[in-house]
Amino acid sequence: MQLASMPFNEIRLDRMSRSFGALNALRDISLSIRKGEFIALLGPSGCGKSTALNCIAGLLSTTGGGIYIDDKRIDQFKPEDRGFGMVFQNYALFPHMSVRKNIGFGLKMRSRPKAEIDTKVDEALALVRLQGQAEKLPGQLSGGQQQRVAIARAIVIEPPLVLMDEPLSNLDAKLRLEMRAEIRRIHNQMKATTIYVTHDQDEALSLADRIVVLRDGAIRQVGTPHELYERPAHLDVAEFMGFRNRFTGKVVSRQGERATVSAGSFSVSGTVAEDLQPGASAVLAVRPDDVTLSGDTPGGVSVTVEAIEYRGREYVGIARTPDGVEIIFHADNAAAPGSTVSLSIDPARALVFSA
Amino acid sequence: MTSSTLQEGTSLRQKLALRGIDGVTLLVLPSVLFVLAIFIYPFIYGLLLSFAPIREGGMFANYITFFSDPYLYNTIAATLRLAVPVTLLSVAAAVPVAMRVRLVRRQRLLTTLLVLPITLGTVLVAQGMLNYLGPQGWFSRSLMLLHVISSPLKLTNNYWGVFLSLIITVFPFTFLLTLSYVTGIDPGLEKAAATHGASAWQRFRHVMLPLLVPGLAIAFCLTFVQAFAVFPSAVLLGAPSGPTRVISIAAAQAAFEQYDFTMASAIAMIMGVVQLCIVLIVLVVRNLFYRGATSGGKG
Amino acid sequence: MIRDTTIGAKLWITAVWAVTIFFVLNVLAIIATVIVSSLGTRWLGTWLPNAFTLNWYASAWQEFQLGPVLLVTFQIAFTVVALSGLLGVTAAYAMARRDFPGKKLVMFLFLLPLLVPPITFGIPLATVLYQFNVGGTFWGVVLANLVPTVPFVILVMIPFIEQIDPKVEAAARVFGAGTFKLFVHVLMPMLIPGILASLLLVLVRTVAMFELTFLTAGPTSQTLVVSLYYAVFASGVRAVQSIDAMAVIYMVSTLVWLLVALRFVNPTQIVARGNQSSSAH
Repeated sequence: MQLASMPFNEIRLDRMSRSFGALNALRDISLSIRKGEFIALLGPSGCGKSTALNCIAGLLSTTGGGIYIDDKRIDQFKPEDRGFGMVFQNYALFPHMSVRKNIGFGLKMRSRPKAEIDTKVDEALALVRLQGQAEKLPGQLSGGQQQRVAIARAIVIEPPLVLMDEPLSNLDAKLRLEMRAEIRRIHNQMKATTIYVTHDQDEALSLADRIVVLRDGAIRQVGTPHELYERPAHLDVAEFMGFRNRFTGKVVSRQGERATVSAGSFSVSGTVAEDLQPGASAVLAVRPDDVTLSGDTPGGVSVTVEAIEYRGREYVGIARTPDGVEIIFHADNAAAPGSTVSLSIDPARALVFSA
Repeated sequence: MTSSTLQEGTSLRQKLALRGIDGVTLLVLPSVLFVLAIFIYPFIYGLLLSFAPIREGGMFANYITFFSDPYLYNTIAATLRLAVPVTLLSVAAAVPVAMRVRLVRRQRLLTTLLVLPITLGTVLVAQGMLNYLGPQGWFSRSLMLLHVISSPLKLTNNYWGVFLSLIITVFPFTFLLTLSYVTGIDPGLEKAAATHGASAWQRFRHVMLPLLVPGLAIAFCLTFVQAFAVFPSAVLLGAPSGPTRVISIAAAQAAFEQYDFTMASAIAMIMGVVQLCIVLIVLVVRNLFYRGATSGGKG
Repeated sequence: MIRDTTIGAKLWITAVWAVTIFFVLNVLAIIATVIVSSLGTRWLGTWLPNAFTLNWYASAWQEFQLGPVLLVTFQIAFTVVALSGLLGVTAAYAMARRDFPGKKLVMFLFLLPLLVPPITFGIPLATVLYQFNVGGTFWGVVLANLVPTVPFVILVMIPFIEQIDPKVEAAARVFGAGTFKLFVHVLMPMLIPGILASLLLVLVRTVAMFELTFLTAGPTSQTLVVSLYYAVFASGVRAVQSIDAMAVIYMVSTLVWLLVALRFVNPTQIVARGNQSSSAH
């Protein structure tokens, strides 16, 4: 049976799991996706995000839990019976079919009348701005154009859910930005419920309504881009969100949200992200843009500059503390390599995690 | 857990799917069953049949008869006398020719011409050679015109007729196989060797040959196995009761003239064993040579 | 390429080409002899026949009953093509797309019939076929010929299938194609060149397959090549020209398909594709 264009309120993953022999590629993934929502599955390679997508698409069978559209359980359905649309990493266009035939494939499989297919394909071509290319074969198109065809092919069937598997990773940097904007525009226009898999936090932050961070096959955190960016709940999520500086040490004092971590020769203060009491091992993490040259302000961390690079508006430097901890910092003016400077860290923007 | 019954109902299928066995995998079954039934089973049947002789003398009677009757056991030597030189000559000629041909841009015409004798098969080649190599044929005529010989050569109904027909059908096979190996070697390697001062012969000896050896061993085995199974041309072009009485003739006679299928099977098994032996020898030699060639730079 | 300009190198290159050209000339001359002879009235002790005629074709057609023989030949060949295509392509698909325990063994099983020469396995096979009363019949010949052709199709098709991105199949499934539609709309169109090439080669091989057909054919299931063998075998009985006319007809019936097949495959692949470790005739 077809699920396409049936009205629904939410798609729900209930403890969805997948194991390959002894390896648990996915563990108890539970998530509710509202109709029209754009969800990004974010994580490093091997975190299980593609496995999750393939399980939802039905290309991989799950080994536990369920997938529901409202109250209808669909995880035992074959991929062709789920009625989803999917955009593949390498586009996976049918090389022997014209752009028009590729886009119309899903409708043809649903045995729609020819006239309806033609109108809908024309609309989809207009949506992805490929009107002039309808009769070309995929091999005659550029990477960006192929990706538009792949998107049109997924959208045209008006699926309850569109799955996108790292759709931009095969494109060069400039095209990637352009297509990102295109995807956002198409989503705003169509409001198709979307699950978007990526390892690029910029993509996830800029596109998604909510981001799901996966690590080792399990969900680490779910939240809006803002929540994740400002308040990562775990150290690994923080690393993913650009908290590149990390200081390992012990909590020496705590006052409300503020905790001070002693890391060898120096102490830094930050905001607690997890419940930590004095004496606990902790890691303080902070983004390079929140570490600045403090001049002579007291309380700074004294470091030796190792290298400094000009990045246009500002400088990015690498420095080392006397006991060897590397710190990446931003500065408005160049500091000479080899010189000793003092760095200040904004306690409101530094987060303290348990080690 | 509400979903447990559903899960367990499919757990066997899921377990199999995890090991790569599902509906798609089962597509292989018809072919496997076919090969088992029409190839493996007859082979085993033939093997067992060869130990159930219709003649007196216990289960080994067929083999004893074969190895005590010179008219029978000599067929092995007669076949080897044809197959071994043909194979050696084909492989030896295929390498230099393939080395040249790979440099030619338009190989297609030559390779197409060479596919002809393989495609036409031994029966047609035999019929053509009866005319061509016969005393009044173009071959002897041309040689006489060039004053190479004074009277026609006798090249049919003897060893040489079979030998030549085998060369005609087997060499193209060996050549095309060798060509596919030779063109598979990165031409950059030879250029690299040349820039390091290796002469043409040194390049061949120290760069190409060691890389070719595994492929050549396979080519040798396949060529030999084919040449050893020579049948129609040995009858049509040779002296089937004399020097070209090859082992397949003995087998066919046992089956279709004496209707002794047990003996025919025994001979077929012997044929298979001899082929296997030569193939094993070649592979063992290859391993020795190849290890020797890759283990040290001393050469 | 690297140019060698020494005299020794030039001599060697010349010698290699001389041998190659000599070989090709002989092959062509052998084929030409058959054609010329079939067209000549009388050909004794001269370079060319006294006069040319097409009469031998008519007499060969009559004498050797080529009409029925050709019919049987192509009935057998096309049956073999259809069955080996069906068995081979499906098995190749499984082999290309799945990793299952014992796959290496199955692969070896498919290689064996191509490695063992037909005459070696043909005798026990004929024995078994006669045992089951299919020896000497149409289906006996078909079964015997399938032994090398099914594995041949499998080995040719595996790389063709492997080069199709599995994601394309996944896409077809996600967009609603069941197994049958997937096959008809996506796989078949993409595999057509490979299937056509392999089946044409099967056709050529079956028409030209002497040993297996010889061992298993009865009087009503002989193919052209076997009839040709018997004619040459009893060559004193019929005029040589008549046999040659038959040989030419045989040649045409094989080479037509070869020429078509060569539009899809490189000649090297006829030997080497099915043949990274197998044999093709």
